[in-house]
Order: sequence, then C-alpha cells, then structure tokens
Amino acid sequence: MTDLVKDMTVPSSGHPMVKAEGVHKSFGLAHILKGIDLEVNAREVFCLIGPSGSGKSTFLRCINHLEKISAGRLYVDGDLVGYRQKGDKLYELKEKEVAARRRDIGMVFQRFNLFPHMTAVENVMEAPVQVKRESKSAARERAERLLDRVGLGDRKNHYPAQLSGGQQQRVAIARALAMEPKLMLFDEPTSALDPELVGEVLDVMRDLAESGMTMIVVTHEMGFAREVGDSLVFMDDGVVVESGHPREVLANPQHERTRSFLSKVL
Amino acid sequence: MVPPEQIKAIPVRHYGRYVAAAVVIAILVLIGIAFSNAKINYQIIPDYLTDGTILSGAWHTLYISVLAMVLGLVLGVILAVMRMSSNPVTSTVSWLYVWFFRGTPVLVQLLLWYNISLVFPILNLGFYKNEMNQVMTPFLAALLGLGLNEAAYMAEIVRAGIQSMDLGQTEASHALGMTQSRTLRRIVLPQAMRVIVPPTGNEFINMLKTSSLAYAVQFNELIKRAQDISSTSLAVVEMYFVASIWYLILTSVFSVGQYYLERRYARGSSRNLPPTPLQRLRRYLRMFGSFRRPEVTR
Repeated sequence: MTDLVKDMTVPSSGHPMVKAEGVHKSFGLAHILKGIDLEVNAREVFCLIGPSGSGKSTFLRCINHLEKISAGRLYVDGDLVGYRQKGDKLYELKEKEVAARRRDIGMVFQRFNLFPHMTAVENVMEAPVQVKRESKSAARERAERLLDRVGLGDRKNHYPAQLSGGQQQRVAIARALAMEPKLMLFDEPTSALDPELVGEVLDVMRDLAESGMTMIVVTHEMGFAREVGDSLVFMDDGVVVESGHPREVLANPQHERTRSFLSKVL
Repeated sequence: MVPPEQIKAIPVRHYGRYVAAAVVIAILVLIGIAFSNAKINYQIIPDYLTDGTILSGAWHTLYISVLAMVLGLVLGVILAVMRMSSNPVTSTVSWLYVWFFRGTPVLVQLLLWYNISLVFPILNLGFYKNEMNQVMTPFLAALLGLGLNEAAYMAEIVRAGIQSMDLGQTEASHALGMTQSRTLRRIVLPQAMRVIVPPTGNEFINMLKTSSLAYAVQFNELIKRAQDISSTSLAVVEMYFVASIWYLILTSVFSVGQYYLERRYARGSSRNLPPTPLQRLRRYLRMFGSFRRPEVTR
C-alpha cells in the first residue's frame, strides 16, 4: 500500500517543514493564539492536543493561511506564510500566490467538506484537473488508485451523501493526497465520526504516516498520538503548555494543566 | 406462533367531507351553467387557436420571454457577485440597481425605454451613431424593459443561493489551491443552482405572463395580436380566451422542463433521485419484458 506514495515529503533543504515564531492571532477582542513557537520537521507526525477553544484548530488553519496571523512569523518549508518579506517590510501575497502555496499543503476537515455535487472520484480529481491542469484521464486514473489506497475503490462513483462518515473522510484524505502535498493538516478528522468508524480513518492516517508524510494532526485520539505520533504538543488558552514525545507526555505529564486535561480524556 | 388476528374495524365516517364536496361541486356546476349561457361564441375559439396572427403572437411571447430571461440571468449573476464583493462602490451600485428596478413598475420601465428618444434624440456610441427612434424598436424596448427588471429579481435569487452555501465548501476548495473565481465557478455556483433553479423557474413562468405588458410598447406579443383581431372581429372575450389558452400551454410546458432541471441539480443532495415519468414508464415496460430486477437509479 505504502509504495503508491511517490517521493512525497522529501525535505527541500535543512529547514523544518513548519516553523512558528511567536505566532499571535486575535479575532476582534478575542486573543486566541498568544505566542506559539514550535517546529515540525519533515516526515514527522506532529500531534496537537488540548481542550476546545485552546487555539489548536486556529493554529492549524493559520498554516495554510485560511486565517491570517496577527503577529509573529510562520514558515512552511522555509517560505513565509501569506507574506513576502523585502528588507524589513512585509508585502501581502496576491490571491494567486496564496493559492499556489496551498497546493502543497493538504487539509482534512472535521466535517469532511466533500463537494456534494461530485462523486467520490470527481472529488479527488477536481483539484488536479482544475489547479494543476492535469488531463482528465490521467487525473481519473490517479484518483482511482488513491481511492483504492484508502479502501474505497468500489465506492468511486458514489456521491458523498451515499457514503458513511468514515468513508467520506477517507475520500477527503484521498482528495488532499491527489495534490501530492508535502504537508498534511488534519483538523480533528475523527471528531464527527461514530465511534465504530473512527478506526478506518485512523488506519489510513497510520498508513500515510508510515509512508513518510509530514503530518500535523489536531486530535483527541490519544491512542493514535501515542502509537503514531513523533511529537506532541499540549495547548491551552493560546499557548503551548507542554511538548515532547507523545509517549512521555501522555505517560508522565509535567504540568498540572496537562495532567488535569489528560485525566479527563484518557 | 399464531399470527395475531387482523383488525377489522369500522372506519370513522367523515360526513363533513361529503357535505364539503357537495357544496364545492354545486358551485362548480353553477359557474359552468353561467358560462355556457354567457354571450361567448365558443365555436370560434378552436379556429383562432391556430390562427396565423395568434401563432405569431405566441412565438413573439415565447422568444421575448426567453431573451429577457437570459439577459436577466446574466446580469443578475453579475449584480449578485457585485453585491457580495468587498468593494463598497460595486456593492452599493448593485444595491441601488436592485432598489430602483425592483421598486418601479415594469410597465413604467417599458414605457421609459420606448420613449427614451424624447430625452436622447440621437444615440452616439462613438463608433455607432443613429437616431434613437430608429434604434429603440418595440423589440428592444421590450427586451430592455423586461430583462433589466428581471435582473433585479435574479440578483436577489442568485445572492440567496450563494449565501446558502456552507462555508466549509469554499474553505475546502481554497485549501486545495483553487482561487476565488474558480471556487465560485466549480464549487459554489453548481451547488447554489439547487437553491436558484426553483425560484428561477417561477420567474420564467412569471415572465411568460408579464411579457404581455409589452403590448404597451407595440411589441407584437400574444395580447397585442389578440387585440388586433378583436378590434376587427369584435370577439373580445373570445380572443382573451384564446390568448389565455396559449399562456396555459406555454407555462405548462415549461413547468415540466423545470422538473427535469431541478432533478439535474439535485445530484448528490439526496441518496436516490425520484425517477422521471419517462424512466418510470421504461422500468415498468422492462419488468414486463423480463424478470430482471429494475435498475436502481442514482
């Protein structure tokens, strides 16, 4: 299965895949992110955990510029997110430039957000055809292989409404992979699923991690974080409270906040 | 286990329903009697239905409705996008347009276009110059009057459709690297169509009838043609009957078309689409032909 992924996540050079320096984000008066510093290396599975409202989803959305950061610097693969720096001045990127950056970053949403008017295979081939100008036949062939890979080869002509939540989320993962991203963002990918469907999505993600994909995963699945994660960050109230290897942080949390959070979810 | 005995109860009698039905039928009969005794020359109606003048009137009604609707649709989409743009100038202009064209009667707008030569006697576009009277034919006045008015309504319908969209759809599209305009074209509009099509069908059926106002600018649509005939034959009410029958034919045909159009844009919104009447017929015939199970439609 894993051999179908071709040369994804080859680090372009020495720098980390994602680097955050003092990232702040406010919505009006609400101060959501209060100075986030972290680094995500290539081929790493980076888990973000924390109570709801702690800013982990907001941070994830800042990485592909779905949200604009208010202060600090955020880099993906060495490039500043959303801006170009010339001297000490920042220039906002044009819409097309932002879109071009996003091609390399796949995103999977809590609510799947599949396009309901397209079949599974059409969902997967949409961006390659529209954005990368791939030929329809090539894109379809690759989309079918990706659907096979997430175990949905026999569901390719179904519309999202005809699929279960777990199947929809697997199509959504295939859709993101179709752009051959160097980084995948997962925003609570299993939170909207029935408990018995969580496993099939986590299996696909585990498989992806083994293939060497760089992944940032906002999750409440501590088991997944412990088994698959390479690093883990616990966020609360807009700051990173604790970080380290998942097994260590989960087994032996150093901070009181982390302890009380983990005691509720584990 | 012994299956339980089937219940055989005496159903409740709804005597009120019988009374209501009797009253309604009696009223219908009275109306029927009144009309059969009225001074209407029913015999001439079938002849005039296929009269050349009436047919040309029906054709004019049809094509001015289609053209005005197309103009309204194109302009309506542009106005809707303008209205939602973050540029305050374009959104205000769009708002003003809708305010004016929706706030004044279509008849007045038609007459204004038709009489525009009173204020602009010469049309000068730089590359094209002519007397306004030559340019502003009944056709053009009808097209502009009906179409520009329709655009105001379509703008609101399209805007409602676009705003009904889940924000997650545009986010997912942007996250895949699609630009704003491509997202609108590929993701937002096709889904918004499901919300836009039913009221647009209504608008078109309204347009078929509203186009009768174009008689005021000498456009040769159904009512104008019917009046042309009745002014010589004196069969005034009969001609209005003939025109009404044609309006009913046109609106009925387009109601069926609307059904198919709505069905097309419902793709993916429900698990199974209801079969079209034609598909139902075919499936029925096929079941007679063999014992194969009927195909499941998407």
